[in-house]
Amino acid sequence: MPEPRLNNREIIISVENLEHSYGDFKAVDGISFTVKKGEIFSFLGPNGAGKSTAINILITLLAKQKGSASVAGYDVTKDPQKVRESIGIVFQDITLDRDMTVWEILEFHGRLYNMPREERKNRIDELLRLVQLEAKKDERTKNLSGGMKRRLEIARGLMTRPKVLFLDEPTIGLDPQTRMRMWEYIKGVNKEGTTIFLTTHYMDEADQLSDRISIIDQGKIIISGTSWELKNTLGQDLIYLETNDNEAAIRLLKNVPSVRDIKIKTKGFVVMVNEDGTKVLPHIIDTLRNEGIDSSTINLKKPSMDDVFVFYTGKEIRDEPAGKPFHPVMRPGGR
Amino acid sequence: MALGFITIYWRDMIRFVRFKTLLVSSLLQPALWLAFFGIAMSSSFDTLMAGMPVLPGVPNVGYLTFMGAGIIAMTTLFTSLFGGIVILFDKNWGLMREILASPMNRNHIIFGIGLSGVTKSFIQAIIIMVFGILIGAAFFSGFTPLEILIGVAGILAFVGMFALGFLFLSAAIAISMESPEGLQGVTTLLTMPIFFASNALYPTDAFPEFLKILSMYNPMTLLITGIRYFAIGPDFIALGKHYQYTQSDILVSYLGLAFFSALMFGLAWWRFKKAVVT
Repeated sequence: MPEPRLNNREIIISVENLEHSYGDFKAVDGISFTVKKGEIFSFLGPNGAGKSTAINILITLLAKQKGSASVAGYDVTKDPQKVRESIGIVFQDITLDRDMTVWEILEFHGRLYNMPREERKNRIDELLRLVQLEAKKDERTKNLSGGMKRRLEIARGLMTRPKVLFLDEPTIGLDPQTRMRMWEYIKGVNKEGTTIFLTTHYMDEADQLSDRISIIDQGKIIISGTSWELKNTLGQDLIYLETNDNEAAIRLLKNVPSVRDIKIKTKGFVVMVNEDGTKVLPHIIDTLRNEGIDSSTINLKKPSMDDVFVFYTGKEIRDEPAGKPFHPVMRPGGR
Repeated sequence: MALGFITIYWRDMIRFVRFKTLLVSSLLQPALWLAFFGIAMSSSFDTLMAGMPVLPGVPNVGYLTFMGAGIIAMTTLFTSLFGGIVILFDKNWGLMREILASPMNRNHIIFGIGLSGVTKSFIQAIIIMVFGILIGAAFFSGFTPLEILIGVAGILAFVGMFALGFLFLSAAIAISMESPEGLQGVTTLLTMPIFFASNALYPTDAFPEFLKILSMYNPMTLLITGIRYFAIGPDFIALGKHYQYTQSDILVSYLGLAFFSALMFGLAWWRFKKAVVT
């Protein structure tokens, strides 16, 4: 299997048979996984799949109910304090005080974690440079754009030089360009040595960023692996066909050696092939024509993360309007 | 981590001075109470009391002076009971998660909010005293400069202890609640009996037995007793009633407040320990 570069690294997050229920609803239903030091690991799944619940347990905001979980070598239940000292968090919604300045946000965070004054000062300067917010140092956060707010939050998450940075839907609600710039920041941070645990419901985000991905749905991990491995489980290529007799065609093609699996669609079907699709396709067309089956539509493509997701969960992730948006519902003059 | 509460305090103070409307209204409100309610009430009461017999050698204080102490207490009560709302806002806007996921002990949140609430109450109490004296309240009359200093310090000590108790209570309610409306409802419900079953505006002697007992253990009464002792003196007549306080009366009142605050801290500590904010 490819991507051996992380195989020998030490494990920094370890989760076994983790379960969490809200009443009768099992939000997390017995998941197990490990994250290695220095990697970018993603939880990919639709909203409500249990990603945030899992992350909340790992960051010690939610008490563990069943199973075991440790972060940076510390058990989340026995040593929550140590876990907290070892991690940085970027929450799903923007969690910035609108009336504090960029500098104050970072200063407050540094103080919360008991960083010495001199170190705070240096770290803030360093991080503002990293996320390119030096010019906004004394700006109140309510005057920042969405992308700037997210960058500030990433800087805050990195303030205490955490071993693991948790990012819960880091690019939710951002425009495509800003998202891509965020990815660059995240990759940069990872290159500096910070392990990154990311949840997302964006396929491309998981695909582009992660060393390894776990697809999670209805509280369960469906499959884990590198992006390459996951796509490869669907074969090398996907061939979409519409014919005048789909049933007969599928029966025929099942016996072709290089065909791995066939998925039925509304009007046609998808043939997953183990070999180069451009080579297999003429053979498939011939096989069908010999039996008098005509193809009306043919399409060849490489498996994408969407295909992987649809294949394993049986549904597509619809891009819902930015999850739970940040709505300051009540904001009276006084508080 | 012993100074974590300073961080919480620092942030709350930033917000306090940054919200100009809140700042101005919170400073103006007690003065307005004193100006309108105080002057209106005292002019009618003082007319009514004009014919009352006086004891020779015992100062007879006007109603404005008498209720001035009550206004300090009332303002402290309102400000403190409402002080926990910052916790609720932090919770609803997700800001509390940052704090709860940090290594800082949760007690520091309670203390930090307590300290900033006390600061606000100190500022308000001083404004009322200064403004009261300006419009004719006989605070510290006949006191030497040293006695005035002791008087102010004593008042602030009482105000501070009382404010802490209600801030802790407010924090405990706020962390347990989902909406600001809920907190508002509960605090309104609490302020009524606390304020009116006390000696803030009138003597409690003529109360029915039940109300009298209630008012005796009311932290509000304990606070006002302390303020009157330090602002007016141990021996005075107001509304035709002769008030005499001994030092041990005052000590007992203070210990009562300290006990109340400790109890409320326990409540807040328990609620914060239980709190799950995700």
